Amino acid sequence: MSTSAFVGETYRKRLIVFYIPLFLFVFAMLFPFFWMLITSIKTDAELYNRRVSPFLVRDPTFEHWRMLFQDTLFLQWVWNTLWVAVVSTGISLFAGVLGGYALARLTFRGSTVFSIWIFITYLVPPALLFIPLTGVMSFFGLMDSRASLMFAYPTFLVPFCIWLLIGYFQTIPKELEECARIDGATRVQAMVKIVLPLAVPGILSAGIFAFTLSWNEFLYALVFLSSPENKTVPVGVTGELILGDVFFWGPLMAGALFGSVPVAIVYSFFVEHYVSGMTGAVKG
Amino acid sequence: MADTSAATARARVSASRAGEKSRTSWLTTQLEDERVLGYVLLVPAFLLIIVFIAYPFALGVWMALTDKVVGQPGSFVGLANFAKLLDSDIFRTAAWNTVFFTVVATAIKAALGMWLAVLLNRKFRLSRVTRAAVLLPFIVPTVLSTLVWLWMLDGTFSVFNWILRWLWDLELSVFGLVVKEDFGYIRGPNWLGDPAWAMGSIIMANVWRGLPFFAISFLAALQTVPTELYDAAEIDGASGWRKFWNVTLPMIKPVAIVVVVFSFVVTFADFQLVYVLTRGGPYNSTHLLATLAYQISMHAGNLGEGAATALFMVPLLFVVIVLQLTYLRRIGVD
Repeated sequence: MSTSAFVGETYRKRLIVFYIPLFLFVFAMLFPFFWMLITSIKTDAELYNRRVSPFLVRDPTFEHWRMLFQDTLFLQWVWNTLWVAVVSTGISLFAGVLGGYALARLTFRGSTVFSIWIFITYLVPPALLFIPLTGVMSFFGLMDSRASLMFAYPTFLVPFCIWLLIGYFQTIPKELEECARIDGATRVQAMVKIVLPLAVPGILSAGIFAFTLSWNEFLYALVFLSSPENKTVPVGVTGELILGDVFFWGPLMAGALFGSVPVAIVYSFFVEHYVSGMTGAVKG
Repeated sequence: MADTSAATARARVSASRAGEKSRTSWLTTQLEDERVLGYVLLVPAFLLIIVFIAYPFALGVWMALTDKVVGQPGSFVGLANFAKLLDSDIFRTAAWNTVFFTVVATAIKAALGMWLAVLLNRKFRLSRVTRAAVLLPFIVPTVLSTLVWLWMLDGTFSVFNWILRWLWDLELSVFGLVVKEDFGYIRGPNWLGDPAWAMGSIIMANVWRGLPFFAISFLAALQTVPTELYDAAEIDGASGWRKFWNVTLPMIKPVAIVVVVFSFVVTFADFQLVYVLTRGGPYNSTHLLATLAYQISMHAGNLGEGAATALFMVPLLFVVIVLQLTYLRRIGVD
């Protein structure tokens, strides 16, 4: 009897200090997504009626989804965002892998200074640079084009990739490379054939991060793009679905939902990489 | 005749082949040298940083010293933009908001993030799914998730206010205690339209988005703490709280500081939240430096003044980074 009382006590304690707080956290984190979904499938009549409970959907409709995909340029924005994210991730990985390898493995004059500068640029926020960058982009004739973002995004992606990959390259034993060189491989061959294949998990983490960061970027896209057909998802949804003071909440929430889905899918495939990459970035 | 031309052609081909060969081997020998290879590998990163970060930064400093407006060359005005800003109430409010928003939001995220990390560090069923679910707000595009906050905090259709009204009606029908007939906030606060509530609402949305980053980073740090330390503390009779304060916290302090610095810098330069939720309103009460710089440069067209506004972020950023780095070094020495 005393045992069962003891068990009951710990269960109650576990409920109070563990299950209830954890449930509340998870609920708070996920509620806005539930709200996106539920808003996007309600009829306007129900959406703007304060008398009925907003938690129930009486008359589900896909009208807002249809509007989003057929009456707006949403699919074009998805395509633009995808294209920009893939190219800027590619550029950043190219520059980041080479730079990260050099700073992690090679000793040359100025490598420490360069590492420190990379760290400082890593902390430079887009909000600091967007005004003069507008001048640079118009000088190159890139304003209102997707190419402007493909060059702008690497400004924050390259320092990030280099920083993450320096840490990763340092975990690969230097002896492997030395063995290859004793067997007659050149330094470049040792790098390309021995080190880079071993660094694939790190490169993948950096790539996933870079992709999601470019998918989510807002300020540069807002400033550089003006034609509706060139916009990315974040700028298109906020800019084109709000006309003056009129908010079309149904299509807006559908846009928020479907704009989030691609990154959520990428993330769900690579969640373990993502988490380990994040902790790697923190420790590095 | 034909013979000789064929022969010269053949000679030319073999000569060019030989040239190619010697050039490749020259390149290979050069790249064997670490000092050469190091610079060559850094060329792409270096070019990008010079053209799209260093040059724009210098250009920004120059623009801040001119009265440049959109479409016209500016002339040098010295520190006039900075003086004008320091004299303006809107700028001072924005500067104060930036500091207040950053400090308060980061503190809340750190505290709640630590709590959530400790919860997630336990063993329970569905722990992997829970971790993945909790990270979701950090993954999706900020602007899009901020739109749902805009809708949830809407002046008329806010779901929070619907719940408050429902609770109030419940109170009236069950207990019938009328505290005050028109007790304003029972009808629900005007989350974004009332200066007293707007900054709090923005902080709430920021905490929601940034919390997962803290929780998952702290969780990773918690997992590196050796369990022997807890066993030893337990033998010494330490309670749960004491174990947290005297074992967990000191062990994860270095990681915690890196996470806080990083989040501080990102929160500090936040643009999207305020842009979507309030556009700096009501009455310019919620502007941050980033949104004010955007409004001055892109809406009003005063590029010089906008660049000066953005530059005010530099000293504050610099102070934070230096403080935290010296702190890191100090605990590194200990």
